[in-house]
Amino acid sequence: MTTVDTFSEGRDIRRIREDRTPSVATDYSNPPKGAAGNVARAGDGQPARSRSFSGSALLPFLLPVTLVIFWQVGSSAGFISDRIMPSPVAVVAAFWERLLSGELARDVGVSGARALSGLLIGGSIGFLLGIANGVSKLSEQLTDTTLQMLRTIPHLAMIPLVILWFGIGEEAKLFLTSLGVLFPIYLNTYHGVKNVDRDLLEMGRIYGMSGWSLFRKVIFPGALPSIFVGLRYALGIMWLTLIVSESIAANSGIGYMANTAREFMMTDVVVLALVIYAVLGKLADVIARTLERAALSWNPAYQDQGE
Amino acid sequence: MPIGPYQSPLAFISDAELDAHHASQLVEYQEASPQPAGLKLRGVEKRFGDNQVLRGIDLDVPAGQFVAIVGKSGCGKSTLLRLLVGLDEPTGGRIDFVDDAGRAVEPNSRIVFQEPRLLPWFSVVDNVAVGLGDGVPKAFGRREAERALAGVQLSEKAKDWPSKLSGGQRQRVALARALVSRPGLLALDEPLGALDALTRLGMQDLVTDVWRELGFTAVLVTHDVAEAVHLADRVIVLDEGRISLDLEIPRDRPRRHGDPALAEIEGKLLDTILGKA
Repeated sequence: MTTVDTFSEGRDIRRIREDRTPSVATDYSNPPKGAAGNVARAGDGQPARSRSFSGSALLPFLLPVTLVIFWQVGSSAGFISDRIMPSPVAVVAAFWERLLSGELARDVGVSGARALSGLLIGGSIGFLLGIANGVSKLSEQLTDTTLQMLRTIPHLAMIPLVILWFGIGEEAKLFLTSLGVLFPIYLNTYHGVKNVDRDLLEMGRIYGMSGWSLFRKVIFPGALPSIFVGLRYALGIMWLTLIVSESIAANSGIGYMANTAREFMMTDVVVLALVIYAVLGKLADVIARTLERAALSWNPAYQDQGE
Repeated sequence: MPIGPYQSPLAFISDAELDAHHASQLVEYQEASPQPAGLKLRGVEKRFGDNQVLRGIDLDVPAGQFVAIVGKSGCGKSTLLRLLVGLDEPTGGRIDFVDDAGRAVEPNSRIVFQEPRLLPWFSVVDNVAVGLGDGVPKAFGRREAERALAGVQLSEKAKDWPSKLSGGQRQRVALARALVSRPGLLALDEPLGALDALTRLGMQDLVTDVWRELGFTAVLVTHDVAEAVHLADRVIVLDEGRISLDLEIPRDRPRRHGDPALAEIEGKLLDTILGKA
């Protein structure tokens, strides 16, 4: 029992940690040092060393594959009870069955749409507030203190209130996800704008830039590395919030799938839900990283760094 | 750094090269580009709170002259430069920009700092195009920027990111950016201060070349008296916010590094600055 719990928990924690990696340099309690600080962090893969390793592309998968093999062997040999932890093969079978019936596509689609709309709404609000407060002193004085107070409230603590407000429908999930992603994006955008090189701003003004042109050519690109850190952190929070809110009450989505399966003791489907969350989380992070690398190709930290 | 035959970044673009639209843009643009702007300073003062940095500067610089301002740290030379290009306002006195006939002109001043201040997210050629300001047609801006880059011998780096360049190359890009709009007044704030000795000598020759080619009025602030003597028509020594010496350098160009006559002038200037005269 103990071994099994640790194992499944371990997977989950590892995934969440991975999503949060970028926040380490920019955690709430430690205000980021701006673009420069984030850039230093950006090369988080020691490219030189891993490159000299032949077959380095496969190396990261050695550990998970080995673990899955041990897990399968343990299940087949009867060390791990099916009622506690299904074998990998059973999980794959559950995956196949739900894929063919179309349930999987529907649940993943619903969860994905929830996650994305939450990210879009909360992210936009956070981004706009971050830009406004970074650029305008008045806006900063009006809203920054309030936002800094609000962000210290764990957004999941709002669940009872949110249920009272919206019931258990889509609005509640949308609200929670939006609220969750708003603050990391706000904070990182705000600090990114605040930390744009003063010398470059002065240069821009000397060459006649102002308003939109100064924003487009100097402020926004200067803040972009920090905004991406916020985005990647927000993605982690986005999935976390979704999992929690779908577990409370839902009639569709991955969380719903897992909860229904729990009631019928279908451990294979529960584990399948965890795996799907892991894959979706990783996928979102990969997309964000690809965007980051494309948008920041000018930055030496992102050049010649194949992964 | 060997400096090859200098090719003007601003050689007139033949009409054949340009379609009608660009030709009309160019005419408009050239009308806006001024001739060299002479300086007329009368009792210029600048104070920051209780600290009076400039105490009444009177100075006439004919259009097209190369003036170097030297002095100890904190003598007010950088402050004076910032006033000249309009980055700060004087707290007293006035600054006028005049042509040779004494008529007021728009200076179209540009400044090159010690740091190149390039936008890391723009390619080299786009950084130079920043110097043309907003509202210039993109194709035209790029063509002008490429010409300016050719003028500082960096054509082959046009598409690179600034982070790929050496310190000296970055400073040449900054120079091209300042020159691309054909300034009437170019202010140079220790532009070579961060470069190594040999790159520095090459850059000095490059600055001399572009100045002779384009004929703008140049004001150079530097710690390096040898550099001032090598580059300038005239060296001004600032001391505690006042002009303590104003010296013509009567040597023809090109000037050789290590010219004994220049070394003698340098010695005299150093004596003044260090208070031994």
